[in-house]
Amino acid sequence: MNLILHVWRQGRPDAPGRIEQYPAKDISPDMSFLEMLDVVNDELIKNGQEPIAFDHDCREGICGACSQVINGLAHGPQELTTVCQLHMRHFRDGDTIYIEPWRSRAFPVTKDLIVDRTAMDRIIQGGGYTSAHTGGCADGNAVMIPKEDADTAMDAAQCIGCGACVAACPNGSAMLFTSAKVSHLAMLPQGQVEATKRVCRMTEVMKREGFGNCTNHYECEAACPKGIRVKFIAKLNREYLKAVRSGAK
Amino acid sequence: MILDGKVPPGPVAEKWDKRRQEMKLVNPANKRKYKIIVVGTGLAGASAAASLGELGYNIEAFCYQDSARRAHSIAAQGGINAAKNYPNDGDSIFRLFYDTVKGGDFRAREANVYRLATVSNNIIDQCVAQGVPFARDYAGYLDNRSFGGAQVSRTFYARGQTGQQLLLGAYSALSRQVKAGSVKLYPRTEMLDLVLVDGEAKGITVRDLVTGEIRSHAADAVCLCTGGYGNVFYLSTNAMGCNVTATYRAYKKGAFFANPCYTQIHPTCIPVSGDYQSKLTLMSESLRNDGRVWVPKAKGDVRPPGEIPEEERDYYLERKYPSFGNLAPRDIASRAAKEVCDEGRGIGSSGRGVYLDFAASIERLGEDVIRERYGNLFEMYERITDEDAYKRPMRIYPAPHYTMGGLWVDYDLQSNIPGLFVLGEANFSDHGANRLGASALMQGLADGYFVIPYTIANYLAGTQAGKVGADHGEFKKSADDVALLTQKLLAVNGSKTVNDFHRELGLIMWENVGMARNEEGLKKALSEIPVLRAEFWENVKVPGNGADLNQELEKAGRVADFLEFGELMARDALDRNESCGGHFRTEYQTPDGEALRDDENFSYVSAWAFRGVDQAPELHQEPLVFETVQPSVRSYK
Repeated sequence: MNLILHVWRQGRPDAPGRIEQYPAKDISPDMSFLEMLDVVNDELIKNGQEPIAFDHDCREGICGACSQVINGLAHGPQELTTVCQLHMRHFRDGDTIYIEPWRSRAFPVTKDLIVDRTAMDRIIQGGGYTSAHTGGCADGNAVMIPKEDADTAMDAAQCIGCGACVAACPNGSAMLFTSAKVSHLAMLPQGQVEATKRVCRMTEVMKREGFGNCTNHYECEAACPKGIRVKFIAKLNREYLKAVRSGAK
Repeated sequence: MILDGKVPPGPVAEKWDKRRQEMKLVNPANKRKYKIIVVGTGLAGASAAASLGELGYNIEAFCYQDSARRAHSIAAQGGINAAKNYPNDGDSIFRLFYDTVKGGDFRAREANVYRLATVSNNIIDQCVAQGVPFARDYAGYLDNRSFGGAQVSRTFYARGQTGQQLLLGAYSALSRQVKAGSVKLYPRTEMLDLVLVDGEAKGITVRDLVTGEIRSHAADAVCLCTGGYGNVFYLSTNAMGCNVTATYRAYKKGAFFANPCYTQIHPTCIPVSGDYQSKLTLMSESLRNDGRVWVPKAKGDVRPPGEIPEEERDYYLERKYPSFGNLAPRDIASRAAKEVCDEGRGIGSSGRGVYLDFAASIERLGEDVIRERYGNLFEMYERITDEDAYKRPMRIYPAPHYTMGGLWVDYDLQSNIPGLFVLGEANFSDHGANRLGASALMQGLADGYFVIPYTIANYLAGTQAGKVGADHGEFKKSADDVALLTQKLLAVNGSKTVNDFHRELGLIMWENVGMARNEEGLKKALSEIPVLRAEFWENVKVPGNGADLNQELEKAGRVADFLEFGELMARDALDRNESCGGHFRTEYQTPDGEALRDDENFSYVSAWAFRGVDQAPELHQEPLVFETVQPSVRSYK
């Protein structure tokens, strides 16, 4: 396959960026999207140009590092798939592909396709945990958890923290990300003790970091490579209302 | 030199208690005066930083990723072992200990393994308290599955994402400490040197991967939790960024590197499909609970799997190892796959593959049950190969996955350099020559949550807090050395990319220091690696500059270390004239092709000391003493 890439290039956070065009030649349909970029980068390096910087690590869809908007879609055209797991067989010979970084106020561009997502870490630091001390915990089977609840908690806990939900949202909202952690812990008995404080604090950080609010576009769910459902945003809202009514806020 | 592992005397079951009684403590008011550096935020690093921060120490935690949540522990799929014996199937701490020592082919330090088995149960409790959503049965109790090398069900799991859930649990505990102010995080920061002051580890030199700034951090102790070196093979199941740099540079500063030739080749990975391939993807060992491994009986049989009748298939694991069958340990299953492919019975276009077939289980249990158990793995397989494993058997082949070797540590997880502690995959101590499935997660968390909080106090209690600051001359010297190396890499300006060299090194390693090794191949590797290394320093091209985010420069530093480390691995493999676990020397095998250990001459840990890049390292030995378990022929028949 031969493709034409239009890629966002930006040297530093404060430098202006621009779209540059590169050919991608002799691409195998069995390559992953990032392997295609590896080939392009090797070519750039050999021609004395700077390679395209992009985040990636595990290349098996679980670490959440890769983060590219491909033809306007966060993580590209294939459902439930991170960029690293997207394969070139989903493109056609001669295609033109636009590649951009996550775009959101809370994610400043670091370089090229790399953005700064530490705001998401700060949301978790706001309260995305149980305050269990190391040691002295009760036996794992001391508290039974209905299978359905454990399964729902796991559905939410699968979030890989890639930020596609934020990138896809017209409001740059991190509600899906925040709701996944709030819901995961709210489903479990271990998360109950701090549930009200947690939801208030995490919501507070979310606002402070410049993420927008949810206005029900559901673009986040469509972009999420792990299939995190917007029902968790409803759960977040309920948890928040409960907390406000109980006087936690 | 004969090394002392400082294993406490007494019965194996009492050693850890005894050691904890002897160890000195740091009183709560004094803890805040001590600063500890933790490098790496995987299971070992995150759990250590969180636990030590909670105790009151000042922690600085470093990782090369953009977030502490992304270390490669996150990719572990199958599960975590513990001796809970919830299924009432005969498990016990002793049995987990015994299985792990035997699984490691009697090349692990017995006392460490017993401690690991002992604290395994606490880990499950800890994770449940953190809200880790382990799989549960319909009564609401924790569920278990079986893994290779064990005849009991002791593996706890969270779908096919156990590593992710455990890491996010540790990351949440770490985040809590960041909020509390006891841990300061440094993401996108790579350790490039260890700083010694008067022979003790007192800090590190790092490069800020965004700004390119090279600076030093001083502390009272350093914990390396930087994972394994599987990427020396170029293609492995490790993340792209996984590297040996932190441990290797500590080695160059005097830390001993133990058993570097013990590498684990995982039997169930998706086969290589082309030269462009950047990494290999694991299919969890848990699949072998319900999948049957086979190849055609006839050589060169290219019929599609569905057209090969039952009687013309060779379920070779079930045939050769009837009591463990498809759940034979990883090293054994990998070698068996290589053997049938070497015979010309491999499948797929390359002939380097075997089938993992779920048809019988789907017929017995229904597709829904299989989907519930492994759905995400089947999806991942389909995404990569474009094949539906519910309809057609998976194609799998072994790939480098985990490294049992690592920096030498004593029973307290302290290296031979005082103040330098090494945790998780980065150390050598618990898995011997082969790691059993679901034991890596167990060891990472055991070291971080339940071992280091005790043992580091014993060291710190004997030191003066804040004795050395980053203004000490050693830090300046270290930062200058790192800056010089960076400039040197940028100055070569040759014509081959870093990846070109890494790929070539990987081929040398896979061919000669891979699943099967022999004297001839190892000597070949020892002559080829220095040649490649010399070419690297004359002909590598690293674009850009050092004062910026430069991913090629990051890779170049790591590959430069692999180009030295690969030689150490080959040297260790050549020196060990026996076969054990993942180290299989073709000269040393039984008539039916099993590993032939030589306890009389090789029942020791090889710990190598650096003496110069082009000089042979010095070998030190720690004899392995088995007080409780009698080493035997490791049979899974």
